[in-house]
Amino acid sequence: MSLQHYLVISAILFTLGIFAVLTRKNAISILMGIELILNSCNLNFAAFSRFVVPPENVDGLIIPNIDGQVIAIFGIVLAAAEAAVFLAIILAIYREFGSIRPDEVDTLKG
Amino acid sequence: MDYLENIESLAYFSPEILLVVFAAAVIILDLVVKNRESEKVAYLALVGLGCSLVAIIITHSALGTNESKNLFWGMIRLDGFAVFFKILLLLATAATILFSIRSEELDVRLKGEYYALLLAVTFGMFLMASATNLLMIFIALETVSLTSYILAGFLTHSPRSSEAAFKYITYGAVASGTMLFGLSLIFGMVGTGDLTTIGQQLPVVLASGEVTALGVLIAITFILAGIGYKIASVPFHMWSPDVYEGAPIPITAFLSVASKAAGFALFLRFFFSGFGNSEVMQSIDLGLLLAIVSALTMTIGNLAALPQQNVKRLLAYSSIAHGGYLLMGAVLLTNGDAAIVNKGIGAIIFYLIVYFFMNLGAFYVVVLIANEAGTEMIEGYRGLSSRAPLVAGAMAIFLFSLTGIPFLAGFFGKWVLFTAVIEGNLYWLAFVGLLNSVVSLYYYARIVKAMYLESAEDTESFSFSKGTFALLTVFVVPTLLIGLLNIFYSLSEKITLQ
Repeated sequence: MSLQHYLVISAILFTLGIFAVLTRKNAISILMGIELILNSCNLNFAAFSRFVVPPENVDGLIIPNIDGQVIAIFGIVLAAAEAAVFLAIILAIYREFGSIRPDEVDTLKG
Repeated sequence: MDYLENIESLAYFSPEILLVVFAAAVIILDLVVKNRESEKVAYLALVGLGCSLVAIIITHSALGTNESKNLFWGMIRLDGFAVFFKILLLLATAATILFSIRSEELDVRLKGEYYALLLAVTFGMFLMASATNLLMIFIALETVSLTSYILAGFLTHSPRSSEAAFKYITYGAVASGTMLFGLSLIFGMVGTGDLTTIGQQLPVVLASGEVTALGVLIAITFILAGIGYKIASVPFHMWSPDVYEGAPIPITAFLSVASKAAGFALFLRFFFSGFGNSEVMQSIDLGLLLAIVSALTMTIGNLAALPQQNVKRLLAYSSIAHGGYLLMGAVLLTNGDAAIVNKGIGAIIFYLIVYFFMNLGAFYVVVLIANEAGTEMIEGYRGLSSRAPLVAGAMAIFLFSLTGIPFLAGFFGKWVLFTAVIEGNLYWLAFVGLLNSVVSLYYYARIVKAMYLESAEDTESFSFSKGTFALLTVFVVPTLLIGLLNIFYSLSEKITLQ
C-alpha cells in the first residue's frame, strides 16, 4: 500500500461525509456524516506521518515519527466530544419540536 | 527557534491556568450557594477574570517588550499580539458576565454551568490567540466551538435557542471537519505541525516541485472554511443570523465580538507565520481570493440587514458586514511590503478595539430593552427618546458609530482601515467598503428613527438602576472619545507579529 491508496480512501470518506451532511433528512445521519469527515482527516494525518516524514536515526536506532498519529488520537477525542454535544442538542431539539428532521426545525428565517 | 519545555512554560501559562481553576471553583460554589437568585457565582467568575488579567500583565512584564516565548515545545507563543488579544477577549467576557447578571431571560437554576462555560470558552480563545501548531490550532478552535454551541442553546424551554444551537453545531462541525482536512494536507506537504517551520519549508517544497501551487491553494481554501465560519465571512456566514437571533442576548453579544476577535487573531497568526512568505502568497494568488471574500461579506451582510425587523438579527447582519471590513485589513497580509502588512494588522487591531465598545454597547441596550419592553423587535424601540432618554441617546451614539459617522469611534476605525487598504493599492476594495458604509446608514438610522420620531402607544417611562447607567457610560465614553486619543493608535501600531 502506498500513500496514494490512503489518500484516495480518505478523499472518498470525506466526500461521502459531505454528501451525507448535505442530503440526509435526519439529524443522527448528519452526525454520522460529520464523523466520516473527521475520520478521513485522522486517516490522512496517520498516513502522511508514516510515509512523508522520514524516521529519525538516533545512534543507529530508527525511530519513526509519530506526530501525525498523535494528532489523529486528538482528532478521535474531539470527535467524541463533538458527538456528545451534538446528541445532547438533538435531545433538546426533540423535546421542543418533537422531530429531529432539520427541515422541520426551521423557525428562524429572514 | 528555541522552545521552552513544559515545566518552564507553566510560569508563562498562569492566566490560562487561573481561568480553569476559577471555572472549577464556580461550579463548586454553585453547589454550595442555597439562594438561587444570588449573584455570588457571577461575581466569583468576575474575580477569576480579574486574577487572570493581573496574571497576563505580570507575565507580559516578565517577558519584556518585543520579546516572544515559545511555550510547551512550540505549541503556543506568548508575544505582544497574544497579550493584546487576551486582554480584549477577557474584557469581552467580563462585559458578557455583567450583561448576564442584568439579563432576565437566563434560567437561574443553571447559573453555575453558565459562568463556568463562559470561563472555559475564554480559555479556548486565549489558546486561539496564541496557538502556533496545527494541532493546537484545531484543539483551541474546537474548545471554543463546543462551548459556544452549548451556550447558544442555553435557554431551556426556548425552541428558538435549541434551534440556534442545532444550526450552530451542524454548520460548525462541518466547517471544522473541513478545516482539519485542510490542515492534514498542509501537514502532509511539509511533514510538521509547527507553523514557523511550515513558513520556512513551504517555499522550499514549492520550488522543488514536490508540491504544486494548486495543492496549497486547495488546502488553504479548506482551512479558510473553518476560519471563515468563526469570523462569519461569506459563504460560511449562514449560521450567524439564526444563531444570533436564537441565542441568549449576552451570548449573542459575546459571539459577535469575542468569537470574531479570536477568529481574526487565529487568522492573522496562521497566515502570517505559515504563509507569510510573499513568494508563496503570490504563486497561489491568495490576495485576490481574500479581497473577493471581503467585498462579498460586507455587501451581503449590509444588504441582508436592510429589511430586518428584529434588532438582534439586524445586528447579526451588521456584524457580518463588520467582519467584511476587518477582512479588508487581512487582505493586506498578502502584500509583499512588510510595512503595509504591519499597517494592515494595526488597522485590524484598532478596528477591533473600536468595534468592542460600540457593538457591545449596542447589545447592552438590546438587553435592557428586552428586559423592560419584553421585545427585540424595532417596534419596541418606538418613542424610546421620551421613555428612557439617556438609553436612547446612548443607542443612537452606538448606531451612528457603527455606521461610521464623524467624529465617533467607528469613523476613525474605518479611516485607519481604509487608508491602509488604499496604501496597499486596493482602490476598488476601499471603494466597495465606502459604498457599503453608506448603505449601512439606512438600517441603523431606522432604529434611531423609531426611537426619536415615532411614538409608542405605551408612554410609561422605563426606570433603570444606577449600575445600568454606569455600565452604559463605560461603553459610551470610549465610543465618543477613542478616535481623539492618540494612545490607541500608537498601541495598535506597536503590536506586530514576528
